Amino acid sequence: METIADFEIRHSQFLDPQGEPQDTLPAFAEDADTLQTMYASMLLARIFDTKAINLQRTGKLGTYASCLGHEASHVGIGAAMRPEDCLAPSYREYGAMLWRGVQMHEILLYWGGDERGSDFAGPRHDFPFCVPIATQCLHAAGAAMAYQLRGEPRCAVSINGDGGTSEGAFYEALNVAGAKKLPVVFMVINNKWAISVPLELQTASRTLAQKAVAAGIPGIQVDGNDVIAVRHWVERALERGRRGEGPTLIETLTYRLSDHTTADDASRYRAREEVEAARELEPLIRLRRYMETRGLWNDEREQACRAEAIEAVDLAVERYINTPRAPVTAMFDYLFAELPQGLAAQRELAVRRAGGGAH
Amino acid sequence: MATVTLIEAVTMALAHEMARDERVIVLGEDVGVNGGVFRATAGLQQRFGAERVQDTPLAEAMIAGVSVGMAAQGMRPVAEIQFEGFVFPAVDQIVNHAARLRTRTRGRLHCPMVLRVPYGGGIHAPEHHSDSPEAMFAHMPGIRVVIPSSPARAYGLLLAAIRDPDPVIFFEPKRIYRLQKQDVPDTGEALPLDVCYTLREGDDVTVVTWGAMTYETLKAADQLAGEGVSCEVIDVATLSPLDAETIIESVEKTGRLVIVHEAPQSYGGGAEIAAVVAEHALYSLRTPIRRVAGYDTIMPLFRLESEYMPGVARVIEGIRETLED
Ligand SMILES: Cc1ncc(C[n+]2csc(CCOP(=O)(O)OP(=O)(O)O)c2C)c(N)n1
Ligand SMILES: [Mg+2]
Repeated sequence: METIADFEIRHSQFLDPQGEPQDTLPAFAEDADTLQTMYASMLLARIFDTKAINLQRTGKLGTYASCLGHEASHVGIGAAMRPEDCLAPSYREYGAMLWRGVQMHEILLYWGGDERGSDFAGPRHDFPFCVPIATQCLHAAGAAMAYQLRGEPRCAVSINGDGGTSEGAFYEALNVAGAKKLPVVFMVINNKWAISVPLELQTASRTLAQKAVAAGIPGIQVDGNDVIAVRHWVERALERGRRGEGPTLIETLTYRLSDHTTADDASRYRAREEVEAARELEPLIRLRRYMETRGLWNDEREQACRAEAIEAVDLAVERYINTPRAPVTAMFDYLFAELPQGLAAQRELAVRRAGGGAH
Repeated sequence: MATVTLIEAVTMALAHEMARDERVIVLGEDVGVNGGVFRATAGLQQRFGAERVQDTPLAEAMIAGVSVGMAAQGMRPVAEIQFEGFVFPAVDQIVNHAARLRTRTRGRLHCPMVLRVPYGGGIHAPEHHSDSPEAMFAHMPGIRVVIPSSPARAYGLLLAAIRDPDPVIFFEPKRIYRLQKQDVPDTGEALPLDVCYTLREGDDVTVVTWGAMTYETLKAADQLAGEGVSCEVIDVATLSPLDAETIIESVEKTGRLVIVHEAPQSYGGGAEIAAVVAEHALYSLRTPIRRVAGYDTIMPLFRLESEYMPGVARVIEGIRETLED
């Protein structure tokens, strides 16, 4: 007998939890402005998150999925992508969406029960939030097929969680991407939990990166709390894609520091000690420490950055709160390019029932 | 005697049947340690162990598919699909396998499984958490579609579904999970499947409905009673196969039929009921049949949800129009 296939999965980290470099940093990390912008984006995501949870608690927002702890994974993806690339997110990757130009009030509209949140002014070609787990992986593969067919140097990026790797759609996407050498990057944000199901119950696989192996595509695991590592490896994967070298799977190791959503109570199923231990590894501290040691950040900058973020979030909340409900006709007017005749009567009825009026 | 909500009645039925029949296995996403996102399986894993109450990986095709496999080999799986919006990956297994294993093998193998699916709107849930796809499944031969409308019927019908030798999709109206409490004795007594339940007798009009809409319908009937209108309210309970007889008999008495459902109107459960009555009792009808249903639109996110849902006012409107015809 001989070994005819073998694999190895590599783990990459540039900054350890204390902000100490573990490797030679990629070139972009030499630019102070780049680091500061990434930090500011992570801070913004966190402040937005806290505010959104408060809105939910006070009855001003529906169920909301927190991004607490995932900021580096999300911002790293956003920062690595070019505007013409295409994002197919799941439902909590605000750091990536905001970087790409989606507005905070639009995200609030979505969780506030208003479809206009998915009609964002930002990257018009990006896919909206995706709740049916892992279905978006196939959309990213399809987007990549479109770019490949038209010979455009663009990539699609899908994001799903550790739980999402159990769905058939996830494997189907990896497989077709490998078979057709598609310009797509599959991001797996491994935050250790899928609602109450821990990773050990989700899979017997030692890593999620190795799910790439069976599809014949490269897979790598990176420290998902290290924004430099995430950005670096996503950039490399996107370059590969643009050069026509095919897809990549990137697993980012992080931790869901919050409840699954505001409708969840994680204390039912996981130990507080585990959460406390994970908090030590969270992504903002390490980049801040790294920058402070090099004189790129200090308390004054932190305060200013925080104040700016709070102001932006408050403005977004105001805009969200002041957005009147859509007219009932909105239910009908986006079903098809043109309203089929057979639905006109129902539309009229809905208007009449809503009390007539201009809509 | 236990005073329970609909969801507690589900838990009670599951516990009763697990204690009585060791072939019964509960499985699904978050059903174990967490006790289900709606708490339908709360306490079951502590009581029956992690083998009989299994947290599965996140994959609905798998959940339905392994249920088919287990059921065919002598187990009684009761699987939970977390929300109706996520049942679609399971459809291949339900339609191509669960529904026809008995037919394909001429009875050599069969599929005694239950798929519990919380469904419907009205709880301000996120996207893909509020649909009513029951008619899709009712259209598929070989599976039962059962929908309880009260704690007592949830208990009795779920027991019957688990004991039934064939596959059942058990749609649970999540909007009324905690709306009302009822005294439901844990006797282990099942209620019959494949029959309608007449919730209120009346002479002027037959109003047929199921699931959460029974509440709006009964309220409408109450209100109309004050105006001297007597409604007969029928809870279909088993949408497929349909107990047409009870409905036809009632229409023969009242001469009028209104069907109420939350799902989109076109090709919904109401269409089949209207057709059956038209075929068998057309000459008993004094006025045209009416449907009070959701619009033929995508279920909107929750800011417009109340505009979509047929509430009491729409039910009354439908009944009045029928009476005025
Ligand atoms: C197909 C499907 N099944 C079930 C659900 C319900 N659900 C929402 S999030 C979730 C867990 C997802 O876990 P993971 O993929 O790890 O992502 P995370 O929430 O941790 O970011 C589940 C089961 C869903 N949205 N879609
Ligand atoms: Mg997860």
